[in-house]
Amino acid sequence: MHSRSAYPTDVYFFATCVVDQFFPGAGMDAITLLERQGIRVHFPEEQTCCGQPAYTSGFPDEARKVAALQLSLFPNDWPVVVPSGSCAGMMKHHYPTLFADDPARKAAAEKLSARVYELTQFLVDVLNFKPEDCGSDCTVVLHTSCSARREMGVHVTGRKLIGDLAKVKLAQQDHESECCGFGGTFSVKQPEISAAMVEDKVKALKATGAERVVSADCGCLMNILGHAAWKDQQEGRKTPSLPGEHIATFLLRRTAKENTQ
Amino acid sequence: MNAPQTPHALHFMPSAGFRARAKDVVENPFLRQSFRGAMDFLMSKRAAQFPDPEELESLRRLGERIRQYNLAKLPDLLVQLESNLTRNGIQVHWAETPEEANAIILGICQKHSAKLMVKGKSMVSEEIELNHAAEAAGIGALESDMGEYIVQLAHEKPSHIIMPAIHKTKEQIAKLFHENVPGVDYTDNVDALIQIGRNVLRQKFLEADIGLSGVNFAVAETGTLCLVENEGNGRMCTTAPPVHIAITGIEKIVEKLEHVPPLLSLLTRSATGQNISTYFNMISSPRKPGEKDGPGEVHLVLLDNGRSQAYADEQLRKTLQCIRCGACMNHCPVYTRIGGHAYGTTYPGPIGKIISPHMLGLEATANMATASSLCGACGEVCPVKIPIPELLIRLREESFTAPHANPTMRGQGAGHNARISAIWRAWSAIYASPALYRAASWLASRFRWLTPRRQAGWTSVRTPLQPAPKRLRDLIKERP
Repeated sequence: MHSRSAYPTDVYFFATCVVDQFFPGAGMDAITLLERQGIRVHFPEEQTCCGQPAYTSGFPDEARKVAALQLSLFPNDWPVVVPSGSCAGMMKHHYPTLFADDPARKAAAEKLSARVYELTQFLVDVLNFKPEDCGSDCTVVLHTSCSARREMGVHVTGRKLIGDLAKVKLAQQDHESECCGFGGTFSVKQPEISAAMVEDKVKALKATGAERVVSADCGCLMNILGHAAWKDQQEGRKTPSLPGEHIATFLLRRTAKENTQ
Repeated sequence: MNAPQTPHALHFMPSAGFRARAKDVVENPFLRQSFRGAMDFLMSKRAAQFPDPEELESLRRLGERIRQYNLAKLPDLLVQLESNLTRNGIQVHWAETPEEANAIILGICQKHSAKLMVKGKSMVSEEIELNHAAEAAGIGALESDMGEYIVQLAHEKPSHIIMPAIHKTKEQIAKLFHENVPGVDYTDNVDALIQIGRNVLRQKFLEADIGLSGVNFAVAETGTLCLVENEGNGRMCTTAPPVHIAITGIEKIVEKLEHVPPLLSLLTRSATGQNISTYFNMISSPRKPGEKDGPGEVHLVLLDNGRSQAYADEQLRKTLQCIRCGACMNHCPVYTRIGGHAYGTTYPGPIGKIISPHMLGLEATANMATASSLCGACGEVCPVKIPIPELLIRLREESFTAPHANPTMRGQGAGHNARISAIWRAWSAIYASPALYRAASWLASRFRWLTPRRQAGWTSVRTPLQPAPKRLRDLIKERP
């Protein structure tokens, strides 16, 4: 385990397939944020996906093959930083179970599990990162993914990072801890229920009057921003009524000295 | 304002009409708002009972340990329970199926030429559809729990295991009473409505030949049946009629009396946010010589109905830890959106999704496990720490994997679809190969303009997903 006293020199960055393909900017910002703290960030080129989509859909064999590849990508004893609570949760909590019948891989999964960190957790708990706010006054609202909250228990770290920004006011949405309705294949298999959930979530976020939503999970962002944009289209709005971004992007911009917003 | 009726008749093919039933509720703003309000109320009541997260966690761990300890010894405890109940004069019956349970209960009724059975709240009696069986046998079965009474008057089933009529407004209940209880004028005053119900029921407790109840905890070492309730109707059902029949699932057993207080406390605090229920009954024998009240005969029917299937598997056994508090429903974002009837099963919500497949088989329940975003709210509040999301994933696997020899569950493979399985195999092949993934993600990004604008399910309320023009790995390579 990495204690606060042992300041890491190197980390692995596991981007997740969603960040790699849909939110590459968030990935770059997370890497830049880590590098700015004097850390060398290693991006194993062969990484793909943690395997969660197949795992939670009831296809463990298919998930295991994908997970086995990721298991082999982090040979050094460096922390593995993941800009997503649910993918980090998959690697930290489900890999050891997934390889329960494969002693060699199970041991590897357990070793990996001990050094997997969700990004905000790593920034706060390991780096003791104290962002210095260079932006102007603004109000944001934070959406924490269910996996970050309940599986990783890291909902406090995102909140702390934003709380440390002097000029940022953190708004409190109604039913904050409730799921946004994404749930991977749930959103496609039960579209009506998922739609009702995201509709309520977007309403609650907008009702805070915050100028943007930030989240440490791109799955939730895809769902929340996708619905907000759809609603804007439906109602003929040209500018987004609920802009949003990954917390890494927000933190990087707020703490960049040359930038004022 | 009168709320619209809950749509669709209920039946026992939950999977078949699930999406349609869910959609009807989701698209009904009145029901949406009403469920949300009710669940918010129950969540805040529970939260007020557990202000200290550490105390809550240690209580939940204790609850989990007690349930797991007792489940581990279940076969022995059942024998011990039977022997101690018998010694106390309580007659024990075993039922493997709902049909057997109904036959046992109706057999007892017929032996006593019973015309009326008055019932305390019992979800197991709902599970076996006792009221229908009794009616078919010409025996009146009257629900005496206020919520159950309302639901029975409306010819519906409970929509929540603790609050059976949570889907009903007071206006609907007022109309129901006015139309169904002779001589009752329309009133939507809640106290007046409760008094109307109580007056009807009071008379029936005296007339009834049989009192039926559920059981919350059956204590093996003492041969005691514990019953938790708030209205006093449970005590009436178990003391006033000459014969008391209790029915419960085989898992509701604890070895020692000392196991009861922690579970009772977790139950009432999690369920309704009460320190303790208004009534707690401990039934240990029929009326003894010289006693002035109590039934002359007490029976216990122990029902399996698929529980031993769950029991046989180490992971699935955790399903049986449940003490039926309903907190998982109250905290479930899906239940909150669709209410209990949409599930089409006796037990709705998260616990319903993990226990119903054992009772009804996966053929009837194959798709129910998909109705969860795996948000984990249920597992977080469960007073006995049932890992509900994990079990949902397991049930998805049991359902979607191709049927194989020696299945653990009845109906294994019922949700199998060769096309979907092939898609996951292809997905797995691509994502398990760095080269294939590189090629596939490059193509998706390069030809992003070919991404379909309509994406099943997703785009009904969201803009289409489209890969970014450059992947993260491309951006990293382009860095100066």
